[in-house]
Amino acid sequence: MYGLKKDWDLEPRVRQFVLADYQSNVPRWCPGCGDSAVLSALQRLARDEQLPPEKTVVVSGIGCSSRLPHYMKTYGFHGLHGRPLPVACGVRSRRPDLHVFVVTGDGDNCAIGTAHWIHAIRYNMKMTVLLFDNNIYSLTKMQTSPTTKRGDFSYTHPMGAPLNPLDPLSVTLAITNASFVAQTIDWNPMHVEATIRAAHAHPGLSFIRILQRCPHYNPMVWQPLQQDPSLIRLLVHPDGIPADDTVRKIFKNQLEHDPADLSAAKDIAAATDAVPVGLLHRNVNAERYDFATAQGLTMETDERVQAIQAEIDRFLV
Amino acid sequence: MSQPEALSRGDESPDTASAVSPQTQIVSQHIVEIVSDSGEGAQTAGQMFGTVSAKMGNGVWTVEIIPAEIEPPHRSRSGASGNRIRIGREAVTNMGDAADVVVAFNEQVLYSRIDVNALKPGTTLFIESKWADDPDEAVREQYAEALADFRERGYQIHEVPMEQECLRIVPDPRRGKNMWVLGLLCAIYERDVSHVHAEIEQKFKRKGQKIIDANVALVDAGYAWARENIPLRIRVPVSPTAEPQVVMNGNRAAALGIMAAGIEVCSMYPITPATSVSHYLAAAFHKSGGMIHQAEDEISAIGFALGASYAGKTPVTVTSGPGFALKTEFIALAVMAELPIVIIVVQRGGPSTGLPTRVEQGELLAALFASPGDVPKIVMAPSTIEECFHFTVTARKLAETFRGPVIVLTDANLATGQAPFSRPEVQEDWLAPPIDQSEWDPTVAPYQWDPATGLSQRPIPGQRNGMYVLTGLAHDERSKVAYESEINQRAMKMRSRKLHTLFRTLKPPKVYGDPEGDLLVVGWGSTRGAIEEAVDRVRQDGGKVSALHLRILSPLEPGLDEIFKRFKNIMTVEINYSDDEDDPYTVPETRRYAQLAWVLRARTLAPVDCWSRVPGIPLPPGQIEAELRRRLGL
Repeated sequence: MYGLKKDWDLEPRVRQFVLADYQSNVPRWCPGCGDSAVLSALQRLARDEQLPPEKTVVVSGIGCSSRLPHYMKTYGFHGLHGRPLPVACGVRSRRPDLHVFVVTGDGDNCAIGTAHWIHAIRYNMKMTVLLFDNNIYSLTKMQTSPTTKRGDFSYTHPMGAPLNPLDPLSVTLAITNASFVAQTIDWNPMHVEATIRAAHAHPGLSFIRILQRCPHYNPMVWQPLQQDPSLIRLLVHPDGIPADDTVRKIFKNQLEHDPADLSAAKDIAAATDAVPVGLLHRNVNAERYDFATAQGLTMETDERVQAIQAEIDRFLV
Repeated sequence: MSQPEALSRGDESPDTASAVSPQTQIVSQHIVEIVSDSGEGAQTAGQMFGTVSAKMGNGVWTVEIIPAEIEPPHRSRSGASGNRIRIGREAVTNMGDAADVVVAFNEQVLYSRIDVNALKPGTTLFIESKWADDPDEAVREQYAEALADFRERGYQIHEVPMEQECLRIVPDPRRGKNMWVLGLLCAIYERDVSHVHAEIEQKFKRKGQKIIDANVALVDAGYAWARENIPLRIRVPVSPTAEPQVVMNGNRAAALGIMAAGIEVCSMYPITPATSVSHYLAAAFHKSGGMIHQAEDEISAIGFALGASYAGKTPVTVTSGPGFALKTEFIALAVMAELPIVIIVVQRGGPSTGLPTRVEQGELLAALFASPGDVPKIVMAPSTIEECFHFTVTARKLAETFRGPVIVLTDANLATGQAPFSRPEVQEDWLAPPIDQSEWDPTVAPYQWDPATGLSQRPIPGQRNGMYVLTGLAHDERSKVAYESEINQRAMKMRSRKLHTLFRTLKPPKVYGDPEGDLLVVGWGSTRGAIEEAVDRVRQDGGKVSALHLRILSPLEPGLDEIFKRFKNIMTVEINYSDDEDDPYTVPETRRYAQLAWVLRARTLAPVDCWSRVPGIPLPPGQIEAELRRRLGL
């Protein structure tokens, strides 16, 4: 972040983007909300990668985190509850030139939008998906989410959530064609940024579950992890999320995990003794549907007209 | 075998081998049906007969007879599968009334046609005779009883040894009887068999020469047998058309319209009877650079489409009633956030799963009003197969000009019916232009509504300085979330204003018949041909009745008040549910009207009456005619 970057050049760039080029309205999240850290990380990534703001599209659903596009000075699509993934896939379908990010929450993605989650993972179109998981519905003021811990209070389950929570990592890893599955924590900005950076570089759909704090409705949910970093299992590997010394120093419970090993990734996700942070799975060779959907993009108008004429001729009598 | 003499196109008086014999009937139009068990190929034979008739220059309208199941039991009423082909000297606009000629592969499937009044006394019946010698006594009895019944009903019966004749050519007559029957019909209707040969070659070219040869042999055998054994000849003269014609069904016309509109993205989920649009596109779309996305559900299908729209490619989604209902929330977003999209709704019988393969006009009110909040949007309804093509092209332009969804309501009747129409000459300016990626003027807001028209230009991702965040929340011109009362009021007004802008460009619809009279019949969608035919017949008897067909339902076409003023009574004829006025249990105060009638009453305050039915089949002109006569006291 300091000093010369690897790609430095004596020639001035035609367009040099600074952080302010990605900053729009002042976020209206609650003080202490974990969303802010992710927003900053996303803006830093855009700045570092010099993503042209007009070529960047942030798609979201409905929920607190889904307000994020309003705080990015890029193109954005703040659509319907549960449906950011179909929209993002549609944006991507004919626009390989765009950088597509998806912002979704545990209610948005793991409840109302579950069908799209499964199929978008399978489509594996190039985009970065950020799942903000605070284990609670916050925008609608504290209802149980699919990831709410069993027994936790909410206004829809005042006697405590009746079921064990759904595990987004295990679900995602089990989906055919899952190609990038990572987990990070909003209270370590370095790791968040490193994860988003790796995700953005991935040739396919990258899925990041972010353990995100809601100071208002679920302030205690990640507190044990914050107080005792040994409850976190940091996944380290040359092919994983780069973890620098500061990160390694905090998270001493480390596991060498090759993200190519899907079977081991599933075991790590399912383990109950520690929460994994890092890259669980990556497969850069997974099939990509966006290559199929972009077919014919370069066809010229006269070619199209000729083809349609020929098609109509098939029905001549 | 002897080759038939061709009735060349436009030739009304062939004077060769098909010279008039004592049994030659010369008629201006005729209705023929072929029905078989599902899987015996009556549909293929019927379609080919329709195509060949169109090739010879006849007007044609075909209707599919579709069983509800994929493999219904043999010899069952529910399993009837086939085609009705109405051919005429002039263009044919609807399926007509009872059939003149029916070919049935067994007596049970025929009963399913009798059940829907598809036959009349005097109908000529060609029926497979092998059931008389069936090893199963029950079958023999059923057949004998049915035959006696058919005689009683006054049908002209010809028992035909279809299977026995086919066995001379193929080992499995269940796969080939349809072609033999096609040959038989070609002989009776003096069709040029070389057209049939060409059709067979086209249809079976992937299956290889052996299959083609077998099918050609079957057609020729059926033809020869009929020439030898059936004296009946029916001649429907042809009217030459100057323009080249294409023949296809409404779903194919819509699919070709999608291509000709320059649409590149079709995002859909399978649903009857809309799916065949996608089947066709799936095979052809790539040729013009398009892609079809089969989504995981109806909601995702339109979500994907709107993503493509946001990124600059006006898409299409194709659905039917239940799927249309699921898309409601996204359609409201498309209105709210002003995203162009074409939504083709091939209406079927409702409510709920309803009658999946059958026709209804049940989605008009849903198209107009279904949504949380007010959703001004354009709704069109093609009234012919040709319009299924052209309206799709127009819909894409309207969607972009007026920056929002355009709903195109077709139905199962248009979707599966086939008719010839003038070959469209695709124009380059029909196609969507390439995405604008020029720099956006940052002083122009993404919803800078022109106060007079409500129209605004939209930035497309990739345009520098155009960045905005689309939202389904209430928003101001800059797309900033805004809860202020005045901003919301103004934004709603601007979105509504666009319909006024479109309205000002519309021309009043033309009245069919006299511009004044005792009764005006208003229709929309696929009923046009049947309504106008019924009106013609009643007018011939002096009835002062005219017809008006609406093709743009939102905004409603202009001039209705003026037109309505000139008629004593106004009624709609529709294929959807309404309470009958004379039903003793209907309370007039709470009578439920047909859908267009609701809309016209609200719009014009005229006492518009209605007559509507939900038979699951197109309304025959005779049934409409009877109602018109009743109303006029004729």
